[in-house]
Amino acid sequence: MQTLVDALSGALLAGGAFFLLAGALGMVRLPDVFTRMHAGGMTDTMGAGMVLAGLAVHSLASEHWGVTARLVLILGFLWFTSPIATHAVAKAALSGGVRPFTLDGNGDDARAMAGGEGPAGSATAAKGGASS
Amino acid sequence: MIVATAAALLAAMTLVMCRALMGPTAYDRVLALNNIGTKTVVLIAVLGFLNGRPEFLDLALVYALINFIGTIAVLKYIEYGDLGAGSPPEGRG
Repeated sequence: MQTLVDALSGALLAGGAFFLLAGALGMVRLPDVFTRMHAGGMTDTMGAGMVLAGLAVHSLASEHWGVTARLVLILGFLWFTSPIATHAVAKAALSGGVRPFTLDGNGDDARAMAGGEGPAGSATAAKGGASS
Repeated sequence: MIVATAAALLAAMTLVMCRALMGPTAYDRVLALNNIGTKTVVLIAVLGFLNGRPEFLDLALVYALINFIGTIAVLKYIEYGDLGAGSPPEGRG
């Protein structure tokens, strides 16, 4: 039983460590802020999720129900707030004038889709312009 | 294994801190700081298990809340120039 618990939590912790390191490498290597969000989101979802799940296996095996409940709370909170924060960063970066990295060198289509330019998105453009 | 996870967390935090220091735009820095905050939450939980003190999980929970609120506040400050205490909304348009 103890061997099974150790193996399961070890596998989860190792997988989480792999995702954490891969996400951190992506944060350093990827070309612009929008692609870096992708790496950061992977860290939050899989990295933190698998590490906290590995800890939860330990606390479940030793029947500390309160500890397991706190781990699930932390995990649920991270999984709710991380996409919200990433979305807020993306919205602020677009309305703040950051051009998405594309292979042909301009991000006009992505900005138009997000309402950052053109007559359809004039409200967002006005808000972005007020800060500059 | 828990020690190795803590080491991986610290290495990942170092890499992301490099991005926070290099980041060409302010949004890169905010994103990196949010990411470091998430890793800090996980690191506090891991250290609690490592030292046999699971009360640290309460600190991790509070840190997750503060990290989210702080990220949103910094983003709002960058985007609008103040946190809403200054001029009325119609004065900005």
